[in-house]
Amino acid sequence: MKGFIFRPAVLTTLSSLFFLAVWHILATYLNSLTLPSPATVFLVLIEEVQSGQLPHHLSKTLTRLSISFSISMILGCAIGILLGCHQKLNAFFDNWLIIFLNIPALVTIILCYVWFGLVETAAILAVVINKLPNVIVTIREGTRSLDTELLEMAKCYRFSKSKTLRHVIWPQLHPFVMAATRSGLALIWKIILVVEMLGRSDGMGYQLHLFFQLFDVASILAYTIAFVTLIQGIEFFILKPIDNRAQRWRK
Amino acid sequence: MSHLSINITDKSYTNPSKNEHKQVIKNLQLNLNKHEFVCLVGPSGCGKTTLLNILAGLDSDFLGSISQTDSLTSPKVGYVFQNPRLLPWRTVQENIELASEAKIEAIEFLLKIMGLEKEKQSFPAHLSLGMNRRVAIIRAFATDPDLLLMDEPFVSLDPPTARLAQQLLINLWSERPHKILFVTHDLREAITLADRLVFLHSNPMSVITEVPISIPRQERKQETKIEKFKQQLFIDYPEITTLL
Repeated sequence: MKGFIFRPAVLTTLSSLFFLAVWHILATYLNSLTLPSPATVFLVLIEEVQSGQLPHHLSKTLTRLSISFSISMILGCAIGILLGCHQKLNAFFDNWLIIFLNIPALVTIILCYVWFGLVETAAILAVVINKLPNVIVTIREGTRSLDTELLEMAKCYRFSKSKTLRHVIWPQLHPFVMAATRSGLALIWKIILVVEMLGRSDGMGYQLHLFFQLFDVASILAYTIAFVTLIQGIEFFILKPIDNRAQRWRK
Repeated sequence: MSHLSINITDKSYTNPSKNEHKQVIKNLQLNLNKHEFVCLVGPSGCGKTTLLNILAGLDSDFLGSISQTDSLTSPKVGYVFQNPRLLPWRTVQENIELASEAKIEAIEFLLKIMGLEKEKQSFPAHLSLGMNRRVAIIRAFATDPDLLLMDEPFVSLDPPTARLAQQLLINLWSERPHKILFVTHDLREAITLADRLVFLHSNPMSVITEVPISIPRQERKQETKIEKFKQQLFIDYPEITTLL
């Protein structure tokens, strides 16, 4: 019996149940509109899904997320590898990178909307500008730590450029790309809601803003749950399998 | 193809921050005949690896020339580095296939000779160092090189494994002969393997003397003959004792 309780799956379930129990007790005790019980939130969630509202806004946000994420990863990898390889180029652009890293997200968002109008492109651009420097810095570090012995080997055995990139460089960058992906997703989720709140008329951010004005906490929590579940899904069904496949050569 | 002549007049490293200038190789002349197995013997740190890197085309910052008779192109080089330098994320077979255009049968044959046919789908991290070294040797052979460079490939192997690897190397080489330049500081190993020994001294590196090995290959398994040849070397060329 003791062994059964300490199994990881059982432990996770128990801790989730405990969390729900604490939430429920608090909600019942406080009996306030600002903290609805788990059951209420769950009902709202079902309702929102059935009405099609939540899927509509969630898919809008997801589309923006995937476009801006792809752009910043592809651009970031290319620029990161370039800066990691060329010292002079890096010395020239290093302070640009530091500036962009330190501009508050809100500033880029506002500036993008002011300069390009309240359009989709401006929204995506704002997210990309926020995310790009992080990717560049991570990939640059990865490129700097490339194994020169293996690069020499590739040169000696006359590997073509694409072969070297695919078989020698990319596997070494993989952990850095995964790190950039994970931190990137987390960052983009947070920024994209602000972007939507400030200048879009659909998406999760817009909806949350609406619920805030109506003081509808149950809906806010319902949307949050949908959100978190989705991110967990991405981690569990996409990132973990990629990781496992790429790591199989390790001891 | 048949003959390779190496003539390096100067190879130096400069350290701009300290304004230091160090000459590593000076007036080194070396000729390699067709299918010849030559061992370079010299103290560690004398610049042998630098020489191999130049021959492999990894370092072009030197004065001198590397030329082949009958061919204008640079020789096709196989390089067995001091460390195996296998790609850890590719299997044994993929590592060999990536470096060479050899047919799968040829690779299978090499794997069999080296006793690795069961490990071709393994990743390098799952094999011992000795096995990894053998894979690196197969990789070099599979490219069917004009010139095979070997930089102390058997160092840090235990003696029985090293002997086995030496035997396997000779087997492979007699199957498919080509020029080999083998760096070692183990004189016994050099006598067992080579057609000719080239003794080098350091700071800067140049050739002291060259000694052909007169023991027929089939008699080289006899330890006493090797030992006798070694003792005779020290008597005939007293200057080499300081190197080892």
